[in-house]
Amino acid sequence: MDKLHLDQHISKQFNADLEELKTQMLEMGGVVEQQIIDAVKAIETADGALADKVLRVENDVDNREMKLDEHCTLILARRQPAASDLRMVLAVAKTNRDLERMGDEAHKIAKMAIALNEQGGAPGGYTELRHIGSGVQKMVNMALDAFARYDVEAALQVVQEDKNIDREYESAMREMMTYMMEDPRSIKRVMNVIWALRSLERIGDHARNVAEHIIYLVKGLDVRHVSVSEVEKQLNGS
Amino acid sequence: MTNEIVYDATVGRPLLDDAKMSMRGVNVFYADKQAIHSVDLDIGKNQVIALIGPSGCGKSTFLRSLNRMNDTIDICRVEGHLMLEGQDIYDPKLDVVPLRARVGMVFQKPNPFPKSIYDNVAYGPRIHGLASRRIDLDEIVESSLQKAGLWNEVKDRLHAPGTGLSGGQQQRLCIARTIAVSPEVILMDEPCSALDPIATAKVEELIAELSQNITIAIVTHSMQQAARVSERTAYFHMGHLVEVNDTEKVFTNPEHPLTEAYITGRFG
Repeated sequence: MDKLHLDQHISKQFNADLEELKTQMLEMGGVVEQQIIDAVKAIETADGALADKVLRVENDVDNREMKLDEHCTLILARRQPAASDLRMVLAVAKTNRDLERMGDEAHKIAKMAIALNEQGGAPGGYTELRHIGSGVQKMVNMALDAFARYDVEAALQVVQEDKNIDREYESAMREMMTYMMEDPRSIKRVMNVIWALRSLERIGDHARNVAEHIIYLVKGLDVRHVSVSEVEKQLNGS
Repeated sequence: MTNEIVYDATVGRPLLDDAKMSMRGVNVFYADKQAIHSVDLDIGKNQVIALIGPSGCGKSTFLRSLNRMNDTIDICRVEGHLMLEGQDIYDPKLDVVPLRARVGMVFQKPNPFPKSIYDNVAYGPRIHGLASRRIDLDEIVESSLQKAGLWNEVKDRLHAPGTGLSGGQQQRLCIARTIAVSPEVILMDEPCSALDPIATAKVEELIAELSQNITIAIVTHSMQQAARVSERTAYFHMGHLVEVNDTEKVFTNPEHPLTEAYITGRFG
């Protein structure tokens, strides 16, 4: 059920506008999600063709971002939304930006995949890429799902998961350092793995942002820039 | 089939520490029909409070009870405590004429007297004996028109009829007439609903300026207007005061589902 009753306006056109807004955003989310999956697979399996495909999707994502922004602007201008409607438009506009940034990071990972291919691969780091990659994919998937269902519990899980990703990223960084110290000739190639890991970690941050937008949308609480335990506390108190 | 709505106590913050007007347990009846059900509400000093709600919710009835405007309706009966700075405004010994000078009113439709612009503004100060000399009266008229943002538009035709002004100018003339008697509170009943957006913007600007030293309660059907001009918003529904909160909260994250339904245009 639609917990926010976004489909219960007296104006049917407004219901349709908001529904369309959400659909557009989730479609864009789907495209970006696939872009991330492909980018991680391309770097893991040294698949240059797949990396190229990721690069080509960027235009599509940029166009979707602009279209969605325009749609948000039109709703603001035409309807002057308030309360949950206003939070919906703001949450979509902000999520839109985060999704576009995730697309940018996927693009960077694909570029690293191509560079590594040309350099004959890295001495290590693939396990970490696979592991963090799958964790981040799960976060993005969960965040989009939570948005579709206005599910605050699931959004909170995404916020919590980001902490694990950050921890694993730190540990992967230490691992990469040892590769570089062991064989300084590998620095350039290991650096490419590091950039890819860094991009994955950033995607995790954006997924967390999306989860925060969902909490704002559903509960009206601004939980940015606070610790996970503080988010939990605020949600339990609301 | 309609579901019976159960009204609990008003949500949010209806009461304040530094109230200009305090209403407790207010009930208003038109003959047997109860239009307002036990409303508790404080209006903060020099604050703007917006009263919103669907047609027939009682917001205008409530507003009009704040300066005993309802006294003019025979079948209307007001119960409860309505205090203006500690003074009971329904005290039978109280003279309503000075009360209505302290608590002035601006109506939906501009209603200038069929007199000159000057006499419209001078009317109140004359009957309340606020100016003994012509020069004092001139000063009050000029400063009131200045405060109402109308002086520059009418200073060369002060003796032309007030009814010859445009709708927006007439409404500002009515506001000038109200502020000429130095009220402490101004009640506004949809003051902009007959005005175009430019005239509306001027009146809203005026509300912001006046609220520096006058308390204002405004009934409006425009959500955007309530959001723009007020610091607190009170939502009425079928005679009940459902929610009172800071305007910012009401328009971003209202507490009561009925408030949410109304301001977002959903079926309540």
